[in-house]
Amino acid sequence: MGYPHPSHPRETPVLSKYFGDAEARTLAGWRARGGYEALEKALGMDPVDVQNVVKDSGLRGRGGAGFPTGLKWSFMKPDGKQHYILCNADESEPGTFKDREIMRWTPHGLVEGVALAAHAIYADTAYIYIRGEFTEPYERVTAAVREATAAGILGDNAMGTGRKLVVHVHKGAGAYICGEETALMNSLEGKRGNPRIKPPFPAVAGLWAKPTTINNVETLTAAPYIVKNGADWYKAFGRPDNPKSTGTKLFSVCGNIARPGNYEVAMGFPFKDFLWELCGGPLPGRAIKACIPGGSSVPILTAEECETAIMDYEGFVAAGTMLGSGGVIVFDDQQCMVRQIARLARFYAHESCAQCSQCREGTAWTTKILERIRDGEGVAQDLDTLLAIADGMTGKTICVLSDSCATPVVSGLKKFRHEFEAKIRPDRARVTMQGIPVLPPLGVTALKPVAA
Amino acid sequence: MSHGPSAAGGALVRAPEHAHAHEPYEPVFVGAMKQQLDETVAKYPAKMAALLPALWMVQESRGWVSDEAMAEVAEQLELTPAYVKGVVTFYTMYHQHPVGRHFIQVCTTTPCNVCGAEDVVKAFLEETGCGELGVTSSDGKFTVIEVECLGACGFATPVQINLDVHESVTPERVPRILAALP
Repeated sequence: MGYPHPSHPRETPVLSKYFGDAEARTLAGWRARGGYEALEKALGMDPVDVQNVVKDSGLRGRGGAGFPTGLKWSFMKPDGKQHYILCNADESEPGTFKDREIMRWTPHGLVEGVALAAHAIYADTAYIYIRGEFTEPYERVTAAVREATAAGILGDNAMGTGRKLVVHVHKGAGAYICGEETALMNSLEGKRGNPRIKPPFPAVAGLWAKPTTINNVETLTAAPYIVKNGADWYKAFGRPDNPKSTGTKLFSVCGNIARPGNYEVAMGFPFKDFLWELCGGPLPGRAIKACIPGGSSVPILTAEECETAIMDYEGFVAAGTMLGSGGVIVFDDQQCMVRQIARLARFYAHESCAQCSQCREGTAWTTKILERIRDGEGVAQDLDTLLAIADGMTGKTICVLSDSCATPVVSGLKKFRHEFEAKIRPDRARVTMQGIPVLPPLGVTALKPVAA
Repeated sequence: MSHGPSAAGGALVRAPEHAHAHEPYEPVFVGAMKQQLDETVAKYPAKMAALLPALWMVQESRGWVSDEAMAEVAEQLELTPAYVKGVVTFYTMYHQHPVGRHFIQVCTTTPCNVCGAEDVVKAFLEETGCGELGVTSSDGKFTVIEVECLGACGFATPVQINLDVHESVTPERVPRILAALP
């Protein structure tokens, strides 16, 4: 539902059905709403069968990457090794606040999903890593784990099946990069949150070098509904002509919009209806200018592009962007895109772990140039320099934070170039100390071969 | 311009001018706290994993994480003080200096920025008397910082004061919020 607003008739509330319902937070309340029935059912199934139901449902990772969840689970074999399930609750992608509401309102839903996944991947221990700023979600989830453990749902004899399922809650300490799955593992292990080089992938060597499955909060919370209602029920949500995106998705909407909040819709929902009908469109007297539909790391859409985009993994790719985490940031006609893209770049510069030079230097350099353009001190060649830096930051680092900084710069320059140019001082060119004009950066002007 | 959390961890909050480390150090991990740490260590297959929780325990009981506390944590978890400092400086939420009794974090990342978060920051700086970001007010009551995305973008502007998040804060609401603080 469009929490904090009442549910819109065109929404499909599954995960968000009990947002705002304080009773659903307690074990008794959750059980009264059918909670833990799916876990009980799953514990009576062979782990491979649980994996297959989730595989058949078409559920894909809701954290941003969209990797098929069942396939990820199927990498875990009964090899006798210690396995771990790690829940990524380090939600910090600007524009995204869906996991926060899941943990605040239905913490038992998450705990059930985590326990179910642990069973499916032959793990007996799970960790839920919650970002440090999420004080209330941390309290709620911790209380839910405590209640479920006291009731025998978790523990050495989970639901009387003899199966050991232990869930621990871990609190982060402020670092966006820890949402990257390998940084998340390093952070949990008590290290600086630097991403690891892949391979080895977590399914081979994850937490403490043991096979590990990492899933987002929304993904894990969806799993019990799939096990309970069946893969076909879940697959029915979505466009009939696109079997690659199934189920419902929570979209967090923020920025310059009439009714910001969390909305849950079936995959394949028209983005135009979503923005203008469900979310109420722009504020009175204003017009929507641009929108970032999947968290700050995906390409920006213009208002016209928003009108034709379809809300699923493939639909957003066709529109030239990505579904990402489902964090929709809306900009209206009163916003200066240079200013806002500069602010995004500053975010990435602040959050770079500084491991790779392309990212450490690139995010800082990009921010400096964008802020000087914002302040009216930019020169024409700055725009080419920005694109050259962006090129040097894309696909060249251990993780994608660097790419994420380049993305809004490149798409912003492509779609709102006039706003940048309007701020450039045509009377100026950057010169060296000796007054010699600075050459464009490498890669911008290809060197022509010398004629023979 | 900071270069990542490593530099920002300490730089967000300025060191107060008066000296603060001349009193003898009282260990944190004694009695119930030691027991709590042992219980935390038992959750993980390696002692090192209890580092972030241990640092939280220090900050909750002392208000900040001093060099002496880092050395104590290092000893408890069989790490070196330098290693612990390396971790402390990576994360933005550990204070390496004392901060005001009310630590105010205002989100100014893009989604909040387009909703006027910078005016909220200004209002807090004026009303608390801090004047500048990262500076503690002379009465020791307040420290105001800008924070990167609090993850409550639909409730712009969210402001976190110690453990409590205030949603949809506007400059007009700031005096009332401050007056209600203990």
